[in-house]
Amino acid sequence: MTLFTTLSKAIEDGVKDGDTVALEGFTHLIPFAAGHEIIRQGRRNLTLVRMTPDLIYDQLVGAGCVSKLVFSWGGNPGVGSLHRVRDAIEHGYPAPLEIEEHSHAAMANAYEAGASGLPMAVFRGYVGSDLQHVNPNIKTVTCPFTGEALAAVPSIKPDVGIVHAQKADRAGNVLIEGILGVQKEVVLSSRYSIVTVEEIVDDLEAGPNSCVLPAWTINAIATVPFGAKPSYTHGYYPRDNSYYKKWDSISREREPFLKWLDEEVFQAGE
Amino acid sequence: MTEQYTSDEMMTITAARALNNNSTCFVGIGLPSAAANLARLTHAPDITLIYESGTIETKPQVLPLSIGDGELCESALTTVSVPEMFRYWLQGGHIDVGFLGTAQVDRYGNINTTVIAASHKDSGPDGAHSYANPKVRLPGGGGAPEISTNAKEVIITVRHSKRTFVKDVDFITTLGFGRDGQGRKGKSTLGKGPTLVISDLCILKPEDETNELIVVSLHPGVTKQQVIDATGWDIRFADTLQTTDEPTSSEIEVLRELKRVTEAAHSQTETA
Repeated sequence: MTLFTTLSKAIEDGVKDGDTVALEGFTHLIPFAAGHEIIRQGRRNLTLVRMTPDLIYDQLVGAGCVSKLVFSWGGNPGVGSLHRVRDAIEHGYPAPLEIEEHSHAAMANAYEAGASGLPMAVFRGYVGSDLQHVNPNIKTVTCPFTGEALAAVPSIKPDVGIVHAQKADRAGNVLIEGILGVQKEVVLSSRYSIVTVEEIVDDLEAGPNSCVLPAWTINAIATVPFGAKPSYTHGYYPRDNSYYKKWDSISREREPFLKWLDEEVFQAGE
Repeated sequence: MTEQYTSDEMMTITAARALNNNSTCFVGIGLPSAAANLARLTHAPDITLIYESGTIETKPQVLPLSIGDGELCESALTTVSVPEMFRYWLQGGHIDVGFLGTAQVDRYGNINTTVIAASHKDSGPDGAHSYANPKVRLPGGGGAPEISTNAKEVIITVRHSKRTFVKDVDFITTLGFGRDGQGRKGKSTLGKGPTLVISDLCILKPEDETNELIVVSLHPGVTKQQVIDATGWDIRFADTLQTTDEPTSSEIEVLRELKRVTEAAHSQTETA
C-alpha cells in the first residue's frame, strides 16, 4: 500500500463505523483536520479514546459520530465545560454517550502498556479515589514480591491511532518535537496508524535522541498544513487560545454549534 | 502603607509564599499555576515547576491557559513524554509539593472535581450515587488523583464558599485523608497528603490525629464569622489563631503585571 496519501483516503481506508479510535496530542499537535474529516465521512458508533477530549471530541460527539468516550480530563482547558459532551451525557443529544473515566496516570500507563504489548498496566494509583467504584475497568493487583496493592487497568489498544506531527521525510519517517504527550505510544499501540504532518522534507535533521517514528510503524501519512489548528504545532504556529475561549459560545447551544458544523466542517471540505 | 488589594490577590500571594525556593512543585492549572509562577518571580527564583504535560523546570513569561501551552515547553529545561512524567517523575518520588485547585474540598481535605450530586440524598459513601445522579458534571480527575498520593505533600488553593468547603465531598476524585480522616494511615508508600489549604479568607491545616481542617490564620480584615458563614461544616479555629501577613506592594505589582501580560497574550487571535 501507499504510505503517502490524502487525508480523505487515509480516513476512508482506516476508520470504520464502530471502531475504537484514539486521536491524541496533549494540548499540542491535536489532529483537528483528521477529526473534521471523520465527521465529513459520517462515521458512527465510534469509541473515542483520549486523555483530554478537548474541543476535537466535543466536535465529534456533537456531530453524532460517537457512542462511547474513554477519557481522564474532560474540560475546555482554562475556559470551562465541553458543552457538546455534556449535552450527550446529560440529554443523549445527538446520541447517547457511554463514558469510561480514568485519571491521567492510568491512561498514560495504559497507552504505554498497549505499546509494550501487555494486557494491562500496573501503577500506584487511584488510592482512596471513588473512580474505582464507578469504573469496573479499575482493579487492584497485589505485588507478588512486596505485597503492595497496586492499581491495574486494561492496556489501550485502539483499532486506529491518529496523531499530527511536524514533518516526515520522503521515506515516511516522522519527527515529533515539543510536548510529546502519548504520541509515540498511541502509534505503536494501534492496529492502524495515521499521521498528518505540516510538511514533507528531505532531511528530518533529527538529533540522536529525537522522537522519531520510523516509516514502518505508520500506515498512512497525509500532508495537512495547519492540521492541528486551533491546537498548535511547536515551531510552526502557536495555540489559538482566543479560539478556545470562543468555542464556549459556539458550543453552548445546539443551534450555533450546528451552524458552525455546517460552515466550518461540511462546507470547508478537506 | 500597603496598597489596596483584592481577596483573590491575597489568596494567590499567600499561596505563593507557601512554596519555597528549593522545592520541586507539580503544578495544577488555574489558581495554583498563578501562585507558583508568582513564587518564582518573587521569593523563589530557583523553584522547580513541573507541569503534567511533561515540562520540567519551566519558566513561563505568561501564565498558560492550558496545561500544555507552547510557552511551558519553550521555557523548560527539558520536556518528557506524559507516561514518563507520571511514571518516573511523579510516581518515582521526585515531587516535593503537588499544588492543586478544586471545585469542592471537604473537612478531611478530599477533593472533588468529578460530579456535584443532584441532592444530598444522592451522595453516598462510595461516590457511586452522586456519579449516577449528577447536578453538575465537572471535568474529572486529570492528574490530581496520583499527584495527591505520590507527591510528598499537597497544597490546595480554592476560593471559600459553602459550595466549595463542604462537610463531605459528593465524590472523592482525589484522596485527602479519606471519609474518616484516616485514609492514609499505615500506607507507607503514600505522601503526607494535604498540609495546607489556602482560600481567599484564611489558611487551614489538618489537625494532628484527626486530620480535620482547622483555621490557623485569618487574612487581614477577615472575621471568624465570615469563615463560619462560608464553610459547610462546623469549622474550628486554632488556639493560637494568626493573622496572615498583608501582601507587599512588590508582590501585588508582580502579580498584576503577570495577569496583564497573560490577558494580553490570551486575547490575541493567531492567524494562519
